[in-house]
Amino acid sequence: MSKDVWVVVESLRGEVLENTYTMLAAGRTLADGLGGKLTALLLGSKAEGLAGTLGVADGVTYVDHPALADFTPDAYRRTISALVKEAAPRAVLMGHSSMGMDVASGISIDLGLPLVSACQTLSATAGFVSVTCGGKVLAEGKLPDPACLITLVPGGHKPQDGRKDTAPAVARVQPPVPLDDLKTKLKGYIEPEAGGIDITKESILVSVGRGIGQQDNLKLAEELAAALGGAVSASRPIVDQGWLPTSRLVGKSGKSVKPRLYLALGISGAPEHHEGMSDAECIVAVNTDEKAPILDYAQYGATVDALKLMPALIARVKQAKGG
Amino acid sequence: MDILVPIKLVPDLVEELEIAANGVALDRRFMRLIPSEQDDHALEEALLLKERHGGSVTVITLDTGDTDDTLYTAIAKGADRAIKVTGESFDEGVTNHAASSVLQAAAKDLTFDLVLTGAQATDDLDGSTGPLLAARLGLPFVGYVLAVSQEDGGIVVRKEYPGGLVAEMAVDLPAVLGISAAEKPPRYVVTSKVMEAMKTATIEEVAASDADAQGAAELARMYLPESGERAEMIEGGVDQVADAMVALFGKRGLLG
Amino acid sequence: MTSTTTSERTLYNEILEATPHGERLNLCLQCGMCSGICPYGFAMEFPPRSLIAALRAEELTSALDSDLIWLCVSCFACASVCPVQIPLTTSLLTTFKAESMLRGKVPSELQAALENTRRYGNTLGESPRRRPEWASHLSPPVPLMAEAKEPVDVLWFVGDYASYHPRTQVVSRAMARLLRALDVNFGILGPEENSDGDAQLLSGEKGLYEMLVLKNGKAFAKYQFKQVVTTDPHAFNVIKNEYPRAGVTVPIQHYTQFLAERLDQLKPLLHRELNARVAYHDPCALGRANSNNIYDEPRQLLQAIPGLELVEMPHNRANTICCGGGGGGNWLDGFVWEQAHARTSEWRVEEAVRAGAEILAVACPYETPRFEDAVKSTGHQEELIVKDIAELLSEAMRD
Repeated sequence: MSKDVWVVVESLRGEVLENTYTMLAAGRTLADGLGGKLTALLLGSKAEGLAGTLGVADGVTYVDHPALADFTPDAYRRTISALVKEAAPRAVLMGHSSMGMDVASGISIDLGLPLVSACQTLSATAGFVSVTCGGKVLAEGKLPDPACLITLVPGGHKPQDGRKDTAPAVARVQPPVPLDDLKTKLKGYIEPEAGGIDITKESILVSVGRGIGQQDNLKLAEELAAALGGAVSASRPIVDQGWLPTSRLVGKSGKSVKPRLYLALGISGAPEHHEGMSDAECIVAVNTDEKAPILDYAQYGATVDALKLMPALIARVKQAKGG
Repeated sequence: MDILVPIKLVPDLVEELEIAANGVALDRRFMRLIPSEQDDHALEEALLLKERHGGSVTVITLDTGDTDDTLYTAIAKGADRAIKVTGESFDEGVTNHAASSVLQAAAKDLTFDLVLTGAQATDDLDGSTGPLLAARLGLPFVGYVLAVSQEDGGIVVRKEYPGGLVAEMAVDLPAVLGISAAEKPPRYVVTSKVMEAMKTATIEEVAASDADAQGAAELARMYLPESGERAEMIEGGVDQVADAMVALFGKRGLLG
Repeated sequence: MTSTTTSERTLYNEILEATPHGERLNLCLQCGMCSGICPYGFAMEFPPRSLIAALRAEELTSALDSDLIWLCVSCFACASVCPVQIPLTTSLLTTFKAESMLRGKVPSELQAALENTRRYGNTLGESPRRRPEWASHLSPPVPLMAEAKEPVDVLWFVGDYASYHPRTQVVSRAMARLLRALDVNFGILGPEENSDGDAQLLSGEKGLYEMLVLKNGKAFAKYQFKQVVTTDPHAFNVIKNEYPRAGVTVPIQHYTQFLAERLDQLKPLLHRELNARVAYHDPCALGRANSNNIYDEPRQLLQAIPGLELVEMPHNRANTICCGGGGGGNWLDGFVWEQAHARTSEWRVEEAVRAGAEILAVACPYETPRFEDAVKSTGHQEELIVKDIAELLSEAMRD
């Protein structure tokens, strides 16, 4: 049985995505515990330079081909499946993300390998801990043997621990299977709405979720944000309703923010949201549900009604700032 | 386009969740099951495509208990067929690997150009049903899709990436797509139309073939997280909380 | 237009048949009293008079294409002033809303409230099991009908907001104290209680309303009680006036009627002086809706509180200004604000302040949060507070 661990690198338009570093941190912990090697699997076209921050891995396996220049499910799945089949590592880590989730299940069927998803923590001895039901339930178990696939969510391992700005030894390999007749092809990218607020640059965010009730109540959040000198951001339900543009979305499908203050109003704090704000310096959460997951990781919390709290805060903040 | 929409029923998080006596699963006895939110979006996207291009929409679900309301509602919204796959132990919960295997067998008797299902469900622990089904059927898959359009004899999808970036991808048909959000929020259907569907429509029942249940990890324990490292709770009414928060902001130098 | 929507002539006939006296639509003089008194008539493309004109001209399409029908908050003002007594609110406007819904036009916030009702039996999307939790810390506990060993005198129909909304739960606890103080033998349905159905019916979702009547009817039939008392005027209105048509008939009073009948018993318990000027807001559903005409009993209760000075606002009794929460309006604030840039609740608050009131007294669970919001949005926090009559009575009982 192999003891090696693989991490499938995720990159978008020439940049390694942060969850890759989370995976490398987890992969390092796992490989060290198993006594095996950690390999980063990088797919791309003229992208060998991306290995420059993957120094936590013992080596990089790099597959170069024009069809791999950008992520597409078909090309990536074929390539990863074939390489995994050949090398049979102990565990393959992929992101629980738009890219990772597109290929992980397919590889599981291709190779008959068990797939454990939404993993937050990995350990050679304790196995995996996965998060489910909006963060309200945890599931743990031993890593299936002799080999398994894992999709990883942030929160259990720190991306800082997975990044080292040196390039390990890079082994360039040929695509193991032909990449012609692909069933999914990239046509292009559409940029997010330009202009307006960039929430990743704000140091204070007043973030609103389902608990805000009606769209009408957004103006209170705007007023509070203005009083504090920050901006309004939101969780998924608000953006899905069209009450705020996607540029304000915090979370897995939105932006990752690291403000000095993240004031979460009426947000339950499910893992997909947590992903986007876990690095905020100070998280203050207001939710009438005392069991809301956000109260498990916020620094401060209150169970008063956010709608009543906002006017009270606005008045006091204005006064504290002198008018 | 003929579209198949598999719908999965998942625990409603509005209710308190409890762990079953065996310690490795949720207690389903008093659990409310509702259609997975993204599956509702998949159905909406399917209905929008049907309205634009014609064709048919078939919804299919495993009988995990209490599925009829979901199926009749889908018909009332405009689906043409509703299929319920019955099986012995479905009411104890089914892994995605097993469910996709059952759906694969049921799909043999169906013709379709496109399968739309939610990109993920709240209780997924072993991948998601969409890409598993796609792999079993030998069809291409793209997930986290926000919009589908018909172009040049095929389809183009918009796929979401972090930060609001969207990729446009062309996909050969037949294909499976994982929908994270439909182009419009799922439509409302008045109760009287659902009641009418209950009286006039038929849910087709199909017996499940033996499922290939391999692929999900065995759990050692399922549990509700302890509130261990919880937030420091600020007590009191609105005024006390507001006072405390502003004092906190001041101490942290956030009030300029 | 799909085959499931109604043709113009059929809709006209449907409306005529839809409610008792619906044929009165034929008597419309096009006088315009209805459009004139409608609080949001100024922002509608088709206020009531124009709707009837469109119906008669068989030009319903544009009327149905407009989504401004959703500015109607079912305040019953139009119906109460119509010289030929056309039941405009329940027949014309509700049917138009139903048609709008069939065409897929329903504002998203209202859609959520309706979907929550279907799934959870309450508009707030809360777990039905937690419906009696507002009472969980009360001592002595509030009796659940399911646990009652004997018949009760009063089945207290609490309602959605009074059960789940933090502001209105306070009023429910005050009411529980009052019932205890009067030694009333009562019980609540708790998880067996579903939304009363008034908002769902008036917003055009008849099928959903029928589902609720069925469920509540089954719950009523299980138990023995002399009458229903409710703290919710909408529940009062729909159970009294509509439920019998659907086969469920129970004697029902609004709590102000019930307590006013027991004023001899209650008054000696009210010893704490209030020393404030209080204006009473007449809820539409209790007063002019369906000629329920309950105006005096709430005032009698208020005047029993020592030191309370009752002032009247110009728009009172049948002429009251709606809080904007009826007929689904409670979930249309975003939509109404976008279209009308006005809030009737703010008009009401301004009127209360001008009348010299320090307290705005209400008797409906939507009103406490709605008027408190309006007090804040008009900047009158220092001058006016909002209290339910039950709260004022309960506070007057304290030492």
